[in-house]
Amino acid sequence: MYFSHILNFKNSSQRAVIALFLTFLSFNSFAKQENEAPANEVKKEEVAVSHEAKAEEKFDPTVTILEHIGDSHSWHLWGHTTIPLPVILYTPSGLEIFSSSNLMDAHHESTPYRGEYYTYFNEEEHIKILGADGKIDEELSSKLYDFSITKNVAALFVAVILILVVFISVAGSYKKRVGKAPKGLQSWIEPLIIFIRDDIARPNIGYKFEKFMPLLLTIFFFIWFNNLLGLIPIFPGSANVTGNIAVTMVLSAIVLIVVNVNGNKYYWSHIFKPNVPFWLLPIMWVVEIIGVFSKPFALMIRLFANITAGHIIVLSLISLIFIFKTIAIAPVSVAFVLFMDVLELLVAFLQAFIFTMLTALFIGTAVEEHHH
Amino acid sequence: MDLVTPSIGLVFWTLVSFLILLVLLKKLAWKPMLGAIHERERSIEDALNKAELAREEMSRLSNENEILMKQARIERDEILKEAKELKDQILVEAKNQAQIEGAKLIEKAKIEINNQKVAALDEVKNQVASLSIEIAEKVLRKQFDDQKTQNTLVSDLLKDVKLN
Repeated sequence: MYFSHILNFKNSSQRAVIALFLTFLSFNSFAKQENEAPANEVKKEEVAVSHEAKAEEKFDPTVTILEHIGDSHSWHLWGHTTIPLPVILYTPSGLEIFSSSNLMDAHHESTPYRGEYYTYFNEEEHIKILGADGKIDEELSSKLYDFSITKNVAALFVAVILILVVFISVAGSYKKRVGKAPKGLQSWIEPLIIFIRDDIARPNIGYKFEKFMPLLLTIFFFIWFNNLLGLIPIFPGSANVTGNIAVTMVLSAIVLIVVNVNGNKYYWSHIFKPNVPFWLLPIMWVVEIIGVFSKPFALMIRLFANITAGHIIVLSLISLIFIFKTIAIAPVSVAFVLFMDVLELLVAFLQAFIFTMLTALFIGTAVEEHHH
Repeated sequence: MDLVTPSIGLVFWTLVSFLILLVLLKKLAWKPMLGAIHERERSIEDALNKAELAREEMSRLSNENEILMKQARIERDEILKEAKELKDQILVEAKNQAQIEGAKLIEKAKIEINNQKVAALDEVKNQVASLSIEIAEKVLRKQFDDQKTQNTLVSDLLKDVKLN
């Protein structure tokens, strides 16, 4: 979808630049895959060395991009300025809490930290336990559960606080201005709420829509605010919250639970007693049960892929400057990034809308009454 | 693969913050907001319905007024017509009465005239009678003077008397 937009541009030189860049990107990702396989075994000194060597040798956009769209244990602001975030680990011996600054040295390279129970090491944003020999202890590391307040979690908290502030203040102005026309932020939010109520909830769910309004509104604004915050390139934005599969998984899991908890007897009879010859029933059960899970699964993948793709494209365009090692390419990059950012504004809203809309649709099929 | 592997920490924190957000917003934001919007929509709808009713009432009233006006006009026309008829009738009656009265007067006058005539004739008769007597007296006196003349005279007189 995004690439077709770009390739539709008439200017052939721009097209050439994009084509060149695309081949470059794919080559690099192949190279990356080959390098990754033995990486786990490498000692930390070697990792550090290879990192430094890489940075000096050649700019690798794949690493940079994946680093930016991925999660991290500290919030990078600019240059060597980062905000350390709390690391919370559930280890086989007990809970460990320390600052992520302990896992970094002055040069922003990973360094081992001797905690209360074990020695920890941040390998590519995965916290591992180091054995007595200074090597990663894979067996112990697999029993380590990382509940750290990572960059995404912190950004999530920022979004949650922002949403709470906005909507509680808007709710306050409803209390103050009873029966009057909306004003200010209120008149900006109200059409959206009415849109969700009249164009999403009511037509898809039917007369029982009121029960599901809080969930739909929360999902919509949660996704939308996070999408928008993700588009801001500086603190407190810049995190790729809705483009993280964990976040979309939680949202779609909530949808899955809500849909199936509210499923009425028609919904379940459609799944277990569909109107087919009896010998088809076992096949139908399989198909229908896959259907139950595939719907929220599609929600999860759609949101994750759309937002991540948008971030990758923007970052790739910026990377062009460093790949060509010339400032001359900057105007092209900036023009494309501007275009993508505007498109991403639309996508931010669209994805929030589609997620809410499909949630309403799934709830609608679960609570629908059939009159035969 | 990192990209599509959900990390337990983020799953946990997302779940916690989303549920807290849902509960807080439901209680503090969605309920009062949706309530207020619903309330306002209902009051607007009410107001519109009332305006519609008032409009209907107005049009009903003006219709009634028109009907009343029409009826009044018809009534007025009827009254005028009746008055005209009455006037005509009175005129005709008055004419008839006048004719009858006139006829009566003429009749009376005729009778009076007749009476007067009779009275006058009577008087004339009486006068004639007294004249006749006087004449007779004079004739008689003359007769006594001359028979012949007397006779002539009587016959002349008699001729005169045949006036009647």
